[in-house]
Amino acid sequence: MANSLTRWVRDLFGGKDSSAEADAGATRPAPAVRMAPDSDSTQPLPELNDGPAPDTQPRPIWPPSNRRMLGVAQDVGRVRNHNEDTLMVFSGELGGLEPMPQFGLYVIADGMGGHSLGERASGVAARTITREVLAVLSPSLLARPDQDDIERPLLTDVMENALLRSNQAVHQHVPDGGTTLTAALVIGESIVIGHVGDSRAYFIHAGGCEQLTRDHSLVQRLKELGQITDEEAAVHPQRSVLYRAVGQGDGLEVDIISRRIEPGARLLLCSDGMWGLVPDHAILQIARNAAGPQEAATAMVEAANQAGGPDNISVVIVQFPG
Amino acid sequence: MHETNKMTRSITERLPGGIPGGTTSLQPGALLQDRYSILKILGVGGMGSVYQARDMRFPNTAKYVAVKEIVNIADPGMRDMVTKIFEREANTLASLDHPAIPKIFDFFTHRDRSFLVMEFIDGRDLEAHLNDLAGMLPEASVIEWAIQLCDVLSYLHNHKDPENKVEPIVFRDLKPSNIMLDSQSRVRLIDFGIARGYSAGQRGTMIGTEGYSPPEQYRGEASPAGDIYALGATLHHLLTKQDPRLEPPFSFAERPIRKANPAATLELQVIVETSLNYNPGDRFQSAQAMKDALIGLRRRQSGQLAKGSTGTLATVQVPVSGGAKPAARGEVQPIWSFKCEDEVRGTPLIHNNAAFVGAYDNNLYAISLSEGKLLWKYATDGGLPGSPAAHQDLVVIGSEDRRLHVVSARTGRIQWSYYAEGPIRSTARIADGHVFFGADDNALHAVNLTNGRKAWRFQAAGPIRSRPCLGNDRVYFGCETGDMYGVDMRGEQRWRFKAKRGLTSSPIWHNNVIYVGCQDGMVYALDASSAYPIWRFRTQKPVISSPVLDGNLLFIGSSDNSLYAVDLRNGREAWHFETEGQVNSSPALSGDAVYVGSTDGAVYALESSTGRVRWKFQSGAPITSSPVVVNDVVYVGSFDHHLYALPA
Repeated sequence: MANSLTRWVRDLFGGKDSSAEADAGATRPAPAVRMAPDSDSTQPLPELNDGPAPDTQPRPIWPPSNRRMLGVAQDVGRVRNHNEDTLMVFSGELGGLEPMPQFGLYVIADGMGGHSLGERASGVAARTITREVLAVLSPSLLARPDQDDIERPLLTDVMENALLRSNQAVHQHVPDGGTTLTAALVIGESIVIGHVGDSRAYFIHAGGCEQLTRDHSLVQRLKELGQITDEEAAVHPQRSVLYRAVGQGDGLEVDIISRRIEPGARLLLCSDGMWGLVPDHAILQIARNAAGPQEAATAMVEAANQAGGPDNISVVIVQFPG
Repeated sequence: MHETNKMTRSITERLPGGIPGGTTSLQPGALLQDRYSILKILGVGGMGSVYQARDMRFPNTAKYVAVKEIVNIADPGMRDMVTKIFEREANTLASLDHPAIPKIFDFFTHRDRSFLVMEFIDGRDLEAHLNDLAGMLPEASVIEWAIQLCDVLSYLHNHKDPENKVEPIVFRDLKPSNIMLDSQSRVRLIDFGIARGYSAGQRGTMIGTEGYSPPEQYRGEASPAGDIYALGATLHHLLTKQDPRLEPPFSFAERPIRKANPAATLELQVIVETSLNYNPGDRFQSAQAMKDALIGLRRRQSGQLAKGSTGTLATVQVPVSGGAKPAARGEVQPIWSFKCEDEVRGTPLIHNNAAFVGAYDNNLYAISLSEGKLLWKYATDGGLPGSPAAHQDLVVIGSEDRRLHVVSARTGRIQWSYYAEGPIRSTARIADGHVFFGADDNALHAVNLTNGRKAWRFQAAGPIRSRPCLGNDRVYFGCETGDMYGVDMRGEQRWRFKAKRGLTSSPIWHNNVIYVGCQDGMVYALDASSAYPIWRFRTQKPVISSPVLDGNLLFIGSSDNSLYAVDLRNGREAWHFETEGQVNSSPALSGDAVYVGSTDGAVYALESSTGRVRWKFQSGAPITSSPVVVNDVVYVGSFDHHLYALPA
């Protein structure tokens, strides 16, 4: 068999395949580190790890509502002593004869970099993207209803520019930090998601979770290439290696996805402190057992904590009318 | 070779602190083994530093060596074992003999540090060389280095153990920064695994990936095929100047070399791509096989230098795998064709086993689908640029004679007609018992289908030549001034969106989003409830063509000569296909193919996921008519007066 010249290093220093980390460190500014989600402290998820139940007849989730409802929960977790996640929620509605299209901006950012750089990076990113989006959209949203020549900005451009501004802001103000950034902009019946990193956006349907974002992580690429399975990815030593993050300087490529919001849709945004510990089928199970979005969000945070809570946990759930 | 267990020699300068894991570097002037005088640090890695030192055993000549330091951070109980493994590996390295591998002179261990003394290479690594270069590296140099690298990999992969059994040595970490160019411009491999960087104590989310390693290495597999991948990744970086550590992992296939570096030959691109296949079995089966392919390429290039050719693809020997097949470009013969008396600009309608099509001879023709024979024709008093619409036995078409004509599909006899105040160039939409159409009188007309009475009329800012679409109880249409309207079923405006130029393209409504092309060269996606534009896609010239959707792709032509496939979710291009004329015809979809006409006179059948040509049919004159596909037959009109039926 192959005579691997580096195996001794890995075998002796903790059995950890470290080459990527070492390289990243050796060839560019020290990589930002989001500290220590340690797989050793994780335990199997109580009561929820029975595997996906066959959904012959999807059970209903919580009851629909004719108003938009929100669930928000955040926790530092059980291992770390500070919170590097930031979440931001802005909802806008106008009742009356000439209503404006429903507006919403939901943001999750998961910072990385030691010495409080992580929380500063995620905070700067979430504030900047929100400020940019509100500044660009409020004139058209709040135009007089009889105004016929409303200049409506292009939503994907709004999202992309706001993300790039966040990237510049983090790069400028927290130069050694970085952050994931997943932002969902709701206008009317459209949702535009801007995304960098491995926080996630989902639609929770009665029959299952639909992941809207694609993780910018090494293991995600390996999964797409069929090199590792979902199960292997969940415990892969390099599962936290990202290839894209906000704050890494020029040339950032951002993912933009637009979708229609179906009546009654349930949007979930979360950091990897949640999805990394609570698999999709468990998320669905929690949704089915919850009475509403707030209860579901709280239960998801609790589930991640029960599974060890190695990382900060952030959850935003939006239930759309219908 | 030296004895390996003479570890008792002193390190003149005391190692700092004695802290396990401390990686403080030695200072210049430090003397190791009473022999190696440290001159400077060449590099710092996670495991320790690399120094340039002078070998003091040669007092009268400046003999330089490189000294690699490995800080052994294992706990004291493990340290002996680590040291033994280090020595075993160092012995293996010392036994290697190849011009591209630096010679090992000595190795020794002191306390928590081991040292490897090796040949000092006076030169620069390829990464530094590449970064300092203004343009691209000459292909000939890259081929030359690649051949040398294949040679050394082949040597390592065929390494034999002391019992003469083949025991491959996998380099595992080939990349430009591990390849030195010496003073004779020959490549030398540095940083063998034994001295490879390891940064201790870093855990948690990190940014940045290795970039050069094969996918299987992340499953713990290290094999010669992995070195071949890493060589491919290295060559890709050298040829494109795109650092793979800054790109999505394993994304080489999405970034063809010639896109970044058009001067590179297709042959070299194919060789590199072969070595980068995800599946190790699809790569070159040995470094020697890759070397042979490169030597063949070098020979052909030097032979062809005088002719200035960039070589042809046919001669590259690559493993056979399930890769791309050459596009089939079969000849297509019409099943039938039918000649009208003038140009057929509009789109045929297939309904009740007949094709209905308007022509510039003012006639609406009904043609049998099976034989292409005339069933009837109906004369109006103006040109028929639009297309017919049908409901049960009624066929509806607007004419430049300002009338909407409604005739029996069976007989071609007039049932009723409706007068607009200007020529009708819009194709009608029939829904909910009404006919909706625009006219050059700047109005959208809603007319009762059974009796021809006006339901309502909406006054727009300019002529309406697009076909209205319906969705969510609203009618959507654009006009020539660039205004797009959302109007409810009582004819009241819900919103207006203003584009910069005329909207001749007909909008479509899908999942509450409206997609439409514009003469400002854009394709817009609008939220149908709020009129906010979600995205826009830019083409180079006006868009007259109307979009069609399939899965996550939108297809639309532009008068910049291309047909585009655009990702519905974000308005980014998936592919485009360039014809030799304007694509004002709207595409049609059937199965996994997309069909479109061009003013170059051809109809193209393309693979809808990739844009690759399946076939092309050349008519005698420009085509602006949109193809229609029914039961595997493509129906399309041409300025050559014909309506063609082609096998899909």
